[in-house]
Amino acid sequence: MISAATARRNAPLWVRLLLPKDAPLYQRNDAVMGWLMAFPALLVLTVFLVIPFLMAFVISFTNQRLISPNPAEWVGLRNFERLLTIRPFTLEPERDESGAFVYDDDGSLSYPRLRNFTRNNPDYPDLDGLREFTSWQAGENRTVILAADVVFLRALINTLIFAAVIAPLQGGLALLLALLLNQALPFINVFRSIYFAPVVVSMVVVALLWRFIYDGNNGLLNTILGMITFGSFQPVDWLGNPYTAMPAMIAMSAWQAVGFHMVIWLAGLQTIPVSLYEAAGLDGAGAWQKFRYVTWPGLRNTAVLVLIVITIQAMGLFIQVDVMTRGGPLDTTQSVVYQAVQRGYGKQDMAEGAAISVILFVIVFTIAMVQRYLTRERN
Amino acid sequence: MKKALSISILVIMLITFSGLASAQTELSLWYHGAGNETERSILLGIIDDFNASQSDYTVVLEEFPQESYNSSIVAAALAGDLPDIIDVDGPVMPGWAWAGYMVPLQLSEGALDGFLPGAIGEYNGEVYAVGLWDAAVSIYARRSVLEANMIRIPTLDDPWTGDEFDGILETLQATGEFEYALDLGMAWTGEWYPYAFSPFLQSFGGDMIDRSTYLTAEGVLNGDAGVAFGNWWQSLFERGLAPGTSQDGADRETGFIDGKYALQWNGNWAGIGALEAVGDDLLFLPAPDFGSGSTIGAASWQFGISSSSENKEGANAFIEFAIQDEYLAAFSDGIGLIPATAGAAEMSQHYSMGGALEVYFGLSEAQALVRPVTPGYATLALIFEKALADIANGADVQDTLDAAVDEIDQDIEDNMGYGFDM
Repeated sequence: MISAATARRNAPLWVRLLLPKDAPLYQRNDAVMGWLMAFPALLVLTVFLVIPFLMAFVISFTNQRLISPNPAEWVGLRNFERLLTIRPFTLEPERDESGAFVYDDDGSLSYPRLRNFTRNNPDYPDLDGLREFTSWQAGENRTVILAADVVFLRALINTLIFAAVIAPLQGGLALLLALLLNQALPFINVFRSIYFAPVVVSMVVVALLWRFIYDGNNGLLNTILGMITFGSFQPVDWLGNPYTAMPAMIAMSAWQAVGFHMVIWLAGLQTIPVSLYEAAGLDGAGAWQKFRYVTWPGLRNTAVLVLIVITIQAMGLFIQVDVMTRGGPLDTTQSVVYQAVQRGYGKQDMAEGAAISVILFVIVFTIAMVQRYLTRERN
Repeated sequence: MKKALSISILVIMLITFSGLASAQTELSLWYHGAGNETERSILLGIIDDFNASQSDYTVVLEEFPQESYNSSIVAAALAGDLPDIIDVDGPVMPGWAWAGYMVPLQLSEGALDGFLPGAIGEYNGEVYAVGLWDAAVSIYARRSVLEANMIRIPTLDDPWTGDEFDGILETLQATGEFEYALDLGMAWTGEWYPYAFSPFLQSFGGDMIDRSTYLTAEGVLNGDAGVAFGNWWQSLFERGLAPGTSQDGADRETGFIDGKYALQWNGNWAGIGALEAVGDDLLFLPAPDFGSGSTIGAASWQFGISSSSENKEGANAFIEFAIQDEYLAAFSDGIGLIPATAGAAEMSQHYSMGGALEVYFGLSEAQALVRPVTPGYATLALIFEKALADIANGADVQDTLDAAVDEIDQDIEDNMGYGFDM
């Protein structure tokens, strides 16, 4: 065995420089080996994730275009203002010369067109370029929420709703399947494979298939519902109807990925010692009590993982939108990432696409932090 | 010894120089049609003929799948690595010319005489690209269906009027024989919307943008004509005359042939397939006239020259060589496109007198109107597509068109007029 001093002398220069002289060589070697092992992954992460994100961050404060001879300029927060500006506004009914309200033919109050205020009106400079996002009646006045970018706001809200619904839905279904399949039955692996199959298929293919399933006239879903109800079911244009498009997309997305999380739950279930169930059985616990006091606490870490993964994946909702609806009908299925791609690449406005990505990053980061805080170890 | 050495050096230099002088310069050509064997063999045929016809240049072909072609060009431009000869889609050309990717062609006098207007890529008063073919759109119909319902068969000179067309749709829908009277192709999202549907808007008297300045869409897209178009467009879906944005792609491909749809708004590229399925009963009818004449979209893929090419002369020579009638006809026979000249049409199988698709050449010649010639087209097209989809789904017509105009005008302002005088 060679002495530490000899080994130090024989080590390459960069190894000798990397650690303090007095560190034992085996430690130095561990540290060096550690960095060496991490190097390929770090390189890939830096080149394909860190650098692009830093570039997106910088670009989001410019007016960089995808194709343009005009040089990019700093525009400060303009891109973010255009995306996020929201203002309430009270619209008063129109009055005639005597000051009385003007009524429509059907007897309802008549209001001036919003565009009179939001377009080239010197009296309302802060409303310029805004559009109606939503409105409600307050007495004879109408309160209108104006937004600079109605489509992005819809996309943001849709994505948050999508994530909020799909996280418990998909996670819960996956747990249910995992519990059903965590038994020593014959052919259990066949069932596990079947439920896992959609995960292996590309989302593009799945989305295309579900377009046919959701077809408004003779789609599979309408046909089956018609058969079950002996023809009394009226066919629904699932993806063409503003009320059903988003639920349809959620159902299909949950179906596609549920197998993946089922496998994670299964792995979690198998780490729970059988002796705990036996002990609980001896104490007279029923099936529900076993689940509540043995299974669920044992799955705590798995639950955190599953929920965080589903939420973050949900925030990246894109392929289903692109293939199935392109954000329609009437913006009910717009998503943040779809808008980032649509603007950054389609409309060649890289800066706005980058700004959307930065906003998405902040949201995902916040969600991850909050989830970490809520699920922290309490000692 | 010294003398011998210098002589041998001289000889070597002479050989090298003469070798250089006779070496052919390579011209790179990028093409969007990877995967289509017919297209490839026709193009390679032209390239072989050109390479054999002279000794200065050798054209080398590189193919890309259509979906990734445009991004490949943009990436190459950013990397300073553009090919000599660029293949470019008509409406995209002004953007690339404005960004400095392309330079105007230098063809000999009269080289483009007799070309269909849609095949000539003109921007800022200069020709930047030329196409070997064009495409056109018409209404597919069955003679038997029209006759059974006492519907007049329109001609190029005497198309259906807007009211007449609307009445025909109601009549056909009322027969109950069809799921829908008219298939517009709503399943074909993307460029199909501005290409195929903006002609209806133009026929109403509106347009996607004010073509006199290219600086605003105000009053043109959201004016009275635009709103009239929007109301009619929305009513098509409200009355259940046409399948909406959720139409599935398979129905679009086979719905007319299967008899689900009475009429179909479709391009010449689908004509051969439909003829094989339907036979002589099939008619290709011109677009209706809603008051301001009938138009159809124009301009398909064309050839141009990159600004970074060091051999522009050679590139021009190749393009001039490629636009001979025989090659135009070869492409037409191979992949069914409309040849860009009357001479080539006469030589072609489908577009000559009595050919199955002859009517399309007349349509292209008489009604073709290129999509707005502005570098802002890419953005304009997406805004227009979204507006039409929203209106079809029941959005308020005036509000939707106003919002589209605001977005278009904002984009033009952000781009400092896209090179047009503000």
